[in-house]
Amino acid sequence: MRFILKTHYQQDIDVFKHNGQRFWFGLLALLVIVAPLFIDTFYLGELSLVYIYAIAGIGLMLLVGHTGLVSLGHAAFLAIGAYAHAWFIGKGWPLPLSILLAGLLSAAAGAMVGRPTLRMTGIYLAIATLAFAHIVEQIIAHWEPVTGGFRGQLVPDAVFMGFDLSRGIPFYYLCLFVVVLCLLAALNLLRSPTGRSMVAIRDSEISAQSMGIDLARTKTIAFAVSAGFTGVAGALFAHKLGYLAPDAFTMLTSIQLLLMVVVGGLGSMHGVFYGAIFIVVLPQFIAIMRDTLPTAIGQLPGLEPGLFGLILVLFLIFEPLGIYGRWLKVKQFFDEFPLYRKATHKRQKSYLRTERLR
Amino acid sequence: MEVLQILISGVSQGCVYGLIAMGFVLIYKATEMVNFAQGELMMLGAYLAYTFINVLGMSYIPGFIATVISMAIIGVVIERGVLRPMIGEPPFAVLMITIGLGFILRAVAGAIWGTETKTLSNPFTGSVARISDLSVGYENLAIIVGTLTLCVTFYLFFRFTRLGIAMQAASQNQLAAYYVGIPVKRIYSLVWALSASLAAVAGVLVAPVSLLEPVMGFIGIKAFCAAIVGGFGSLPGAILGGLIVGVAEQFANLYLPPGIAATTAYVMLLVMLLVRPQGLFASIQQKKV
Repeated sequence: MRFILKTHYQQDIDVFKHNGQRFWFGLLALLVIVAPLFIDTFYLGELSLVYIYAIAGIGLMLLVGHTGLVSLGHAAFLAIGAYAHAWFIGKGWPLPLSILLAGLLSAAAGAMVGRPTLRMTGIYLAIATLAFAHIVEQIIAHWEPVTGGFRGQLVPDAVFMGFDLSRGIPFYYLCLFVVVLCLLAALNLLRSPTGRSMVAIRDSEISAQSMGIDLARTKTIAFAVSAGFTGVAGALFAHKLGYLAPDAFTMLTSIQLLLMVVVGGLGSMHGVFYGAIFIVVLPQFIAIMRDTLPTAIGQLPGLEPGLFGLILVLFLIFEPLGIYGRWLKVKQFFDEFPLYRKATHKRQKSYLRTERLR
Repeated sequence: MEVLQILISGVSQGCVYGLIAMGFVLIYKATEMVNFAQGELMMLGAYLAYTFINVLGMSYIPGFIATVISMAIIGVVIERGVLRPMIGEPPFAVLMITIGLGFILRAVAGAIWGTETKTLSNPFTGSVARISDLSVGYENLAIIVGTLTLCVTFYLFFRFTRLGIAMQAASQNQLAAYYVGIPVKRIYSLVWALSASLAAVAGVLVAPVSLLEPVMGFIGIKAFCAAIVGGFGSLPGAILGGLIVGVAEQFANLYLPPGIAATTAYVMLLVMLLVRPQGLFASIQQKKV
């Protein structure tokens, strides 16, 4: 077990808590940088997809895991980012500017939806985002001059300083670069007063308010930042898909994003990456399962969404802290080997009072 | 005359939304949980009715009753298996779990009955009531009458019976309800049974006017919009919200381009949240400190 001797206040908000973390994250960084040398193109593409989902997941984690607000419509922000990016690139704008603008546009849309609905409690926000996502879906399907409607449109190649970054190894590095940038931005946001007030709001709105936090402002910022990250992910997702059509951004996508942060572990950036790996691996796993299982079960339509639902339910009942929470428990078990007590992680229950009188 | 005709079809569509919205409100009123799987419960009810009536060859009324009873049992099973462990967890987790439940139910229905559309045979098909120039299908009349009856019944139930009042108490403060001797857990099971059988009634009434398919539960999302427009947590509000959304949608279909018409319910919801967030029949009150 490691005891950290704190000799400076700055240590409380360090991104890396101790040298052990520096070593392991350094090793991980080295591994993902040299990865293209060892793994073949297909798995490299899947790894890029993990990074793209992770960017969207960082955004959603800030909202759901750190601010405690639920969005059922994040696919809309993914779509806004993707279509905006395709449009800007098509107009011949430089790649970094286009990705940035896609993110900003999504953030603006997020602030626009968030501002009026954030006065509401949980379910109202959830359902408002769901409604927003449906409206965006319809706009995409019917605004043909810009989006290509139901037929969809080709995404132009991402060319930067003469290099084509839209597929293969260059695309992998592009995704890696953006995900690291986003992760650092999110971690730094969480160390800042804004990030801390977000966490305070999650833990108790009333106590946050009595400490002088402007609830509406902080929530709007959280929503906009979350939408912004998801928009950036959308820009990269557009290149990954290659062809944009409205059916790539449905309610199922929103739920998938939500599943990612829940399964990964709410309230931790580690969880985002575990979740991203999980939702990229699961469809592959199902594809393999389909071949080995008897056809009656293997060829069922709707097997994938059904399994997504089942896993969501099982995680919420048995391990609400997700994969990362389970990892922490296992680690603690070995840290305190003979002395581990199960009750350490007993779940806090809070019995409901009506939301209608508040 | 055309306007009146559209009005009537809007009212009948609105009653469907209202029926499902009532299911939401019932569970919300009694357990303070939001059940996103209500649309899927309706879908399951419609399929069960199809099984009893078309496949097993029961006649309409016994098939209807069998459906309602088996859905009540399914409701209790869902509550015991999935939602009972979630008592005391944050509302967000409960919301997510019902979403997951919806996905599971849809997959199960797809696995049992297949994804191709089916029609439920019923005694109303084809017969039309004529009032001067207006013509109203009996299946639409059945929906309107059924909804109104159920609405009044549930209103009286919550207002006057011991059980109804106990349900409201359990919702307002779980612990306090325990202290005064209300069996909160049993009440939760009961509410789910009620709500699932309500969904079954909705399913059976809707089946003649729409086709049976696993994705028919998506209508639940529009019903949700209706519930919020009417004021979440209020039974008359649910029906009124349903009627408003249904009628507005029919008129939008006629006068607006198709893409915009499809978003009517959602636009109405967002406007409502902007203008009057507590809905038409407010059941949310600010507590004065």
